Amino acid sequence: MSRAIRGRIFSPDITDKVAILLLWASAAITVFILVSIIGMIVYRGIGVIDISFLLDSPRMSGAEGGIFPAIVGTLCLVAVAILTAGPIGVGAAVYLTEYAPDNVVTRIITFGVECLAGIPSIVIGLFGYAFLVVYLGFGFSILSGGLALMFMILPWTVRASEEAIKTVPGGLKDGSLALGATKWQTIRQVVLPSALPGITTGFILGIGKAIGETAVIMYTAGSSLLLPESIFEPVRALPYHLYILASEGISDEMAYGSAAVLLGMVLLINFIAVAIQRYYQTRSGLRH
Amino acid sequence: MGTEDIEIESRNLNLWYGDTQALKDISIPIQKNMVTALIGPSGCGKSTFIRCINRMNDLIKGCRITGKVLFEGSDVYENDVDVVVLRKKIGMVFQKPNPFPMSIYDNIAYGPRIHGTQTKRELDKVVEDSLKAAALWDEVGDLLDKPALDLSGGQQQRLCIARTLAVKPDVILFDEPCSALDPISTARIEDLIAELKHDYTIIIVTHNMQQAARVSDRTAFFLLGEMIEFGDTKQIFERPVEKSTENYITGRFG
Ligand SMILES: Nc1ncnc2c1ncn2[C@@H]1O[C@H](COP(=O)(O)OP(=O)(O)OP(=O)(O)O)[C@@H](O)[C@H]1O
Ligand SMILES: [Mg+2]
Repeated sequence: MSRAIRGRIFSPDITDKVAILLLWASAAITVFILVSIIGMIVYRGIGVIDISFLLDSPRMSGAEGGIFPAIVGTLCLVAVAILTAGPIGVGAAVYLTEYAPDNVVTRIITFGVECLAGIPSIVIGLFGYAFLVVYLGFGFSILSGGLALMFMILPWTVRASEEAIKTVPGGLKDGSLALGATKWQTIRQVVLPSALPGITTGFILGIGKAIGETAVIMYTAGSSLLLPESIFEPVRALPYHLYILASEGISDEMAYGSAAVLLGMVLLINFIAVAIQRYYQTRSGLRH
Repeated sequence: MGTEDIEIESRNLNLWYGDTQALKDISIPIQKNMVTALIGPSGCGKSTFIRCINRMNDLIKGCRITGKVLFEGSDVYENDVDVVVLRKKIGMVFQKPNPFPMSIYDNIAYGPRIHGTQTKRELDKVVEDSLKAAALWDEVGDLLDKPALDLSGGQQQRLCIARTLAVKPDVILFDEPCSALDPISTARIEDLIAELKHDYTIIIVTHNMQQAARVSDRTAFFLLGEMIEFGDTKQIFERPVEKSTENYITGRFG
């Protein structure tokens, strides 16, 4: 007995410490990468950022002036994407979790959602060009770009909504049905409100993906640097603007400035997401 | 036992979950304005039985039923029965308190709203009456806008009772309503049930023998999907006819 205890080359104590060290290092590397990216972008981009950079139109292809139209363009594209992906995503999730019979067709649909999530964005961009821009005749426009982005984020909103709906305790549904509520009343008034924080989180992740997406909108939204007046007009989204600034050697400084603004927008969105989630949880009493 | 004033009656009720039979030929008359307790070891089909009465088993896939459950003289499994109306008349309180993640007020108003009560004045009154009937008004009357999940477990369960009362049922089914509660909360619910039986017909599933003896007028003993014995609570506890009933009550198994 005592030989077994003492005969080990590495005492459990040491193995433990090594494990903790490795785990700690993994966490540290993750944080380091994040901080480096943010630090580098902010360091190199902060110089050009001021109010006029944010609120002016670009001059000389973006070498001078600001990025206001690209910010507006990005916001419009994301708005179209999320306003369409939201209802469709929740609708599909409710159908799949609550109504769909457990059969082959349902499994094919679920598998299809997975597959859609795996399609490379450049392919979605190409399809968006052929289908939205050319076939449906939407042209290079906010509408085309927004819908193409919707194709891309839809699987995420469906899946996030499904997960959120599935985590609603069955007891809540029973409670509602036992009061004489119909299935739809139960879903609308009890299940969806309870799932809302989870659904919101899914949407925010969708927005986060959409906001930085370049390949999808390159072929669909156009590259106009003018302020759009309707959703049928083309825009240039911020990541695409940044890509053009850098790849065509127009201005590295302006590219980093744009990157910093893009980063800021993403962080802001995440912050809002968390705030919304907390608000709902506090209001419903799920959290104090 | 007289046959007068029978509110609910199951006749030769059989139920299968897929291939396994969970209820075997159950026939019980449930008397109006009385408390009927269902006792028996875990898995013997008590919950399954009461969920037949308000057709909550409809939601379970692969669940099949034969026999009848008569309520107000007609079979609740007839094709033309409106489940919404049935569940409005036969309320249910669950083992785990399950208030909705909304305010206390909205929890109580949920049922009445669904059934068409809209005006603020009517809803206010239903909320107040229901909370008073569930002995909760004194504690939460000033906190109606607070989230229901902020309440203690015992308060939540009384809220669920109030929520059930708000749709004005004739019958209330309790499925182990106190099993998640402390003794003081349990005592309050038991008092409440004694109070409620003047106006409602009550069926309560419980694992607590003393509770069954304290609150019920009639008791049914279930074992492995069969109803072994049914009678006046006093008789069941003092002079059980069946050996297995006696064994269970005296704690020799289950
Ligand atoms: N949804 C279901 N699908 C399949 N079998 C089920 C289902 N619900 C219950 N059963 C089975 O039916 C039998 C009776 O279950 P039931 O829940 O009615 O027992 P119970 O008497 O309420 O037990 P407990 O005291 O533990 O609550 C058990 O064998 C259980 O495994
Ligand atoms: Mg049970």
